Amino acid sequence: MKYVIIGNSTAAVGCVEGIRTADREGEITLIASEPYHTYSRPLISYLLEGKATRESMRYRPADFYEKNRVTAMLGRTAKEIDPDEKNVVLEDGGRIPYDKLLIATGSVPLVPPIEGLNGVERQFTFQSLDDAEALDAALFPGCRVLIVGAGLIGLKCAEGIHQKAGHITVVDLANRILPSVLDEEASRMVQRHIEAHGVEIILEDSAVRFREQEAELQSGRRIPFDILVMAAGVRPCVSLAKEAGCKIGRGVRIGRHCETSVPDLYAAGDCAEGIDALTGEQKVLAILPGAYLQGECAGKSMAGQNAVFDRGMAMNAVGFFGLHILTAGDGDGEAIVSRGPGEYKKLVVKDGLLRGFILVGSIARAGIYTAMIREQTPVSTVDFQLLREKPQLLAFDRQERKKQLAAAH
Amino acid sequence: MKRIYVNEEWCLGCHLCEYNCAFANSGEKDMVKALKDREISPRVQVEERGNIHFAVSCRHCEEPLCMKACIAGAIYRGEDGAVCIDRDKCVGCCTCVLVCPYGAVAPSAEGAALKCELCLQNACGQPACVSGCPNGAIVYEER
Repeated sequence: MKYVIIGNSTAAVGCVEGIRTADREGEITLIASEPYHTYSRPLISYLLEGKATRESMRYRPADFYEKNRVTAMLGRTAKEIDPDEKNVVLEDGGRIPYDKLLIATGSVPLVPPIEGLNGVERQFTFQSLDDAEALDAALFPGCRVLIVGAGLIGLKCAEGIHQKAGHITVVDLANRILPSVLDEEASRMVQRHIEAHGVEIILEDSAVRFREQEAELQSGRRIPFDILVMAAGVRPCVSLAKEAGCKIGRGVRIGRHCETSVPDLYAAGDCAEGIDALTGEQKVLAILPGAYLQGECAGKSMAGQNAVFDRGMAMNAVGFFGLHILTAGDGDGEAIVSRGPGEYKKLVVKDGLLRGFILVGSIARAGIYTAMIREQTPVSTVDFQLLREKPQLLAFDRQERKKQLAAAH
Repeated sequence: MKRIYVNEEWCLGCHLCEYNCAFANSGEKDMVKALKDREISPRVQVEERGNIHFAVSCRHCEEPLCMKACIAGAIYRGEDGAVCIDRDKCVGCCTCVLVCPYGAVAPSAEGAALKCELCLQNACGQPACVSGCPNGAIVYEER
């Protein structure tokens, strides 16, 4: 069996490990444009902050490819998939035949067309190791950095560079930071915390015009800068899949086995649009744990197993300047909110099930909540008063709990 | 593989397992020096209410969600089967805390997350919570 994987990040690694649980013999070839050993993308902000090194941010040990007998074609770019001949055409003309193929092409920064943007020389995006190192090299003591986008990428970038920059301004058109992750109250709380560390945040405003070292905002306000970071969003890389005939929504549409609409083609990770377990809708979730699990499921499926991944849902673990934030699910339902000094907690219940939560500050044992959402444990079967207080196994039915803790896992 | 299991009925709620765990993982030779006047961060914790007590620690799952979800690739399965955290790689993002269904991975003030590693890599060599339990309420065995 010839397996080919396009991509070299989380979903690709999940796929390799998934294949190898079922097939020790088949040939695995991995093709990736980046010339690097697999690394963790979210760690680029930690790299700039000095909390990770090129070495420590490897996503798997140095001998990963060798141990899993993967032919890693790094620094090579796939140009086209030929689903009739079943091979991948490389930019340099080579052809790699496959029996089963995973498309794990990820996403690329979405840079909106803004007047004058092309004339800004020192502009960067913040998604890859190359992006991070280019930005790092451009920073200088006292430099003024403007970041467009107050989502996860923009704000983690701000944290990563705050010790190396003179002043950081973050601008976003939304009325709150991290709108896809937090509700308004939690957003305000996290915003104040980030601002207290010297990062300026401007909301409900956007850059409409750039000059070499100045942005003009919709409000008329002018922001001078030395360095510009565009973090306005990402776009799934679907062109290879699209040209191969795969059904595309916002991302490459995949089913429960992570299969695409074209036989023997699978997709996983940020490029893929899987089923959101909470709503049943096709959605690009673009989160790292989901990418791994999709990749692993695809790998097992490619190796002939009946693997299913239907538990995809939004979840995020993120922190800024020591403040931890954990979220899962969504906010569609009845909210139960509690607050403490530096703490915010919201549980969301709908139709007798825990549907989502937001925890800021106090995060211990949150996985017990996440498991309730994932397993769709009816609230009526647990002591919800206890669970509201804090996540604890005591809240579960005694027999069930004892059985779980006594089982060999 | 051998794992840690609890016998809920026999747990006295004495919390010795928490102290023994914190000591075993402190790197100190003297228990008083390791624990006195310190806020301890044990990797096993006793849940209790009324007359119910039981200790919870990592189950070393066959399919560890923490390991699959770790954004840094810092969680790995050792040759002995124990699921461990590479503290040099962990950036303290707490994705593991977010996904562990047992609540068995804990954030820590020092940054890297903490979890039971069966005392296989510290000076203890076998689970300190088990050897110090006065009532056999925590056992280390093959099931």
